[in-house]
Amino acid sequence: MNLYIKTYRHLINPSPMIDGKEYLTSVYRSLGIDYPKFFKMDNLSKLGFLASELIFKDDPSRFVPREDLAVIGFNRSASLEADTAYQATIQDNKNYFPSPAAFVYTLPNIVTGEIAIRNKFYGETSFYISEQFDAEQIFRTVNHAFQDKKTRSVLAAWIESFDGTQEVFMMLVETETSEIPFSIKQINKIMNN
Amino acid sequence: MIVRIGDNIISALGFTTDENYSAVKSGRSGLRLYDSCMDAPEPFIASLIDKERLNDEFSRTDFPSFQNLESLNLESLTVLEKASILSVLSANKEAQIDLANPRVLFIFSSTKGNVEQLTMNNEQLTMREDKNCSLSIVNYSLYLWQSAQLIVNYFKNPNTPILVSNACISGACAQIAAMRELESGAYDYAVVIGADMLSKFIISGFQSFKALSPEPCRPFNANRTGLNLGEAAATIIYANGASYGGGLRVGARNAMTLVGGAIRNDANHISGPSRTGEGSYRALRSILQDVTPDEIAFINAHGTATPYNDNMEAIAIARAGMDAVPVNSLKGCFGHTLGAAGVLESIVSMHALLDDTILPTRGFENKADDCSLTIVNQMMPTKKSYFIKMLSGFGGCNAALLFNKTE
Repeated sequence: MNLYIKTYRHLINPSPMIDGKEYLTSVYRSLGIDYPKFFKMDNLSKLGFLASELIFKDDPSRFVPREDLAVIGFNRSASLEADTAYQATIQDNKNYFPSPAAFVYTLPNIVTGEIAIRNKFYGETSFYISEQFDAEQIFRTVNHAFQDKKTRSVLAAWIESFDGTQEVFMMLVETETSEIPFSIKQINKIMNN
Repeated sequence: MIVRIGDNIISALGFTTDENYSAVKSGRSGLRLYDSCMDAPEPFIASLIDKERLNDEFSRTDFPSFQNLESLNLESLTVLEKASILSVLSANKEAQIDLANPRVLFIFSSTKGNVEQLTMNNEQLTMREDKNCSLSIVNYSLYLWQSAQLIVNYFKNPNTPILVSNACISGACAQIAAMRELESGAYDYAVVIGADMLSKFIISGFQSFKALSPEPCRPFNANRTGLNLGEAAATIIYANGASYGGGLRVGARNAMTLVGGAIRNDANHISGPSRTGEGSYRALRSILQDVTPDEIAFINAHGTATPYNDNMEAIAIARAGMDAVPVNSLKGCFGHTLGAAGVLESIVSMHALLDDTILPTRGFENKADDCSLTIVNQMMPTKKSYFIKMLSGFGGCNAALLFNKTE
């Protein structure tokens, strides 16, 4: 099957000196949207959410429920950032305040759910972990996702938020012909741009 | 279509599939009350792996090439990694494939990996508050990919393992990934491992959600009180059906095949199931394209025994027109084993169907008035050849798998 990258976005916190939360809030403000749920999200979900907003903001048929789009995330650290934050709430039995709102983000796939909720995507949502950004694995996994007969588009993203790194690279891969063919070479080229 | 050629379960109920299946069939449960365990502030009911037996069995494994792997330190392996390795070794006693062959792909499913190692001293905690939740000193084995790579190294397999972490449906996603990899011809065999161990981290989280039941869980029961957690490592070795003699081994009468699978999202809430069972219904609808409800022997539901989950599944199954199909849940035997659940419960259900048996739902007595399903409360024979495995998880994700017994 011939697949194409319809569009893509790359967000990266330019400096370790810039606080992660502040960086994400500034991107959110620049979008001019009103979505209060954003402020409840962990950084990983915020990153994915913002990239998906950039990809779909001008889509005229946006918010029409659809089952033919899959959201697939990839990263290195799973939810270790949220895990660390949650661990701090249970570390000491004398100062023990586990919060369900913090616990729910200790799963990397929550970001795919946040994007599905925002856009009414009823299709597949999945999350994969790898040691490093692996264009070959992303290419193969996205290709395979089209084996589901319903799937016509895959929103695929490398989303990393941990230990000083904040980066999301997201692309919309479709069966419909467009300029950029979906290939390992193109994934690497766009990612390293 | 991919064919099961070997499997194993390591749980509180035993260290082989036979031990586990026999225990379930004879009505046993791994659930026990634990007090002052894992530093959890409150008592909890769970199904825990016998760690002494695990260490004992692991120390007796005889894997000659292991000695040559300088990068592996046997002492440094975690419970999760030891259980996963033992599980693969046991599954391969049946499958008898060369695990080091480049045509073999390992697929690992876990929700929390070695998260119990995430403990911090005060200095690190202070640093976390200052620097946006980031720690500069991180225990390496906290990374899920490291556990997966370690297991693959143990078996000297040259391929980068695939690692799925998709909340409680991970075990189904790993099998769907195996199906896609094998059907595309990329590999001939897939070793699908599902593993999760319990810790204060996980227990406190489910306690904070008020999801844990103070009694052994009662899936689909009218006055159910929540879920119990469980530990397991489970493995299924799959072969590509097309290149595996049409799915039948020489001399084998029956083979279990995974014929379909779908993942769908509720697009509704990250921690609450959909009131219309949206994603679960859509996943079921997808796999029902190739089979009719009257061909299905049973549905092995997620059936966690939380009020919301079981109600959601009942709505989804009814919407898919399967009110009359027998439904069971294995959570009363194993608890909710998180990333292992999809693999473990698929194995038990496969063996039940090979045994022409529908297993009962331990803990179930009376269903709620608004539940139209046929919940199995005692063991029943069956002559049908399909079953469905359902799973749902945080993030609004749902999965359905369709299995077939080829005669």
